[in-house]
Amino acid sequence: MVMDIAYFAWVRERMGIADETIDVPAGIADVGALIAWLAARDARGALAFAEPHRIRAAIDGVMMGPDAPLVGVREVALFPPVTGG
Amino acid sequence: MIRVAVQPEAIDIAGELDLHDAGGHGASASFIGRVRGDGDLVELFLDHHPAMTEAGLADLGHAAADRWRLAALTLVHRVGAMVPGDTIVFVLASSPHRAEALAACEFLIDRLKTDVMLWKRETFADGRVEWVEPREGDQGRAERWAER
Repeated sequence: MVMDIAYFAWVRERMGIADETIDVPAGIADVGALIAWLAARDARGALAFAEPHRIRAAIDGVMMGPDAPLVGVREVALFPPVTGG
Repeated sequence: MIRVAVQPEAIDIAGELDLHDAGGHGASASFIGRVRGDGDLVELFLDHHPAMTEAGLADLGHAAADRWRLAALTLVHRVGAMVPGDTIVFVLASSPHRAEALAACEFLIDRLKTDVMLWKRETFADGRVEWVEPREGDQGRAERWAER
């Protein structure tokens, strides 16, 4: 399941990249599982996603909760709660 | 008649006033937000999502237009690196009546704080760099506008 993952604010800084294209392993079914998988993948992911409750997600431009499915998704954006204008 | 922009360039207030066509209606209310230099802040950086930030501003503009009779609405937000004194946001609402123009302007400012995909990072003179945490006061002000 190939998809683009985009990071924002301190999530982007901790990951060290703004976005990447990932072939997500079968079995990673929803946003929460993706976050857990990224946290386990490497040291940067562990740093960025140490506190999953502080992470928000949008799928293809729409805000979604951790149980949102990843089937047919093009872009997942992961970021902290917004702090406004 | 709703103009929305998200831009790294400085906001040109005079140019925005020229673009804003109040259509002969009587009242225009505006808000200019500037970067505060509190606590020796030397830079404010605003991160944004290339599509969702502008879409969020447009949604807010349409919500205001649904709620009040607006002849025209301008909503411009700057992103990227700014210094104290820079204009960060410009809101301009025009209506046949002043009460509606003022209410729409205040609604937009309050909801900008909670509804739009923007993240603030502050850099201080002593080198500290901090991402701003969401403020509960902002949430409360935005929630005043919940549908009743």
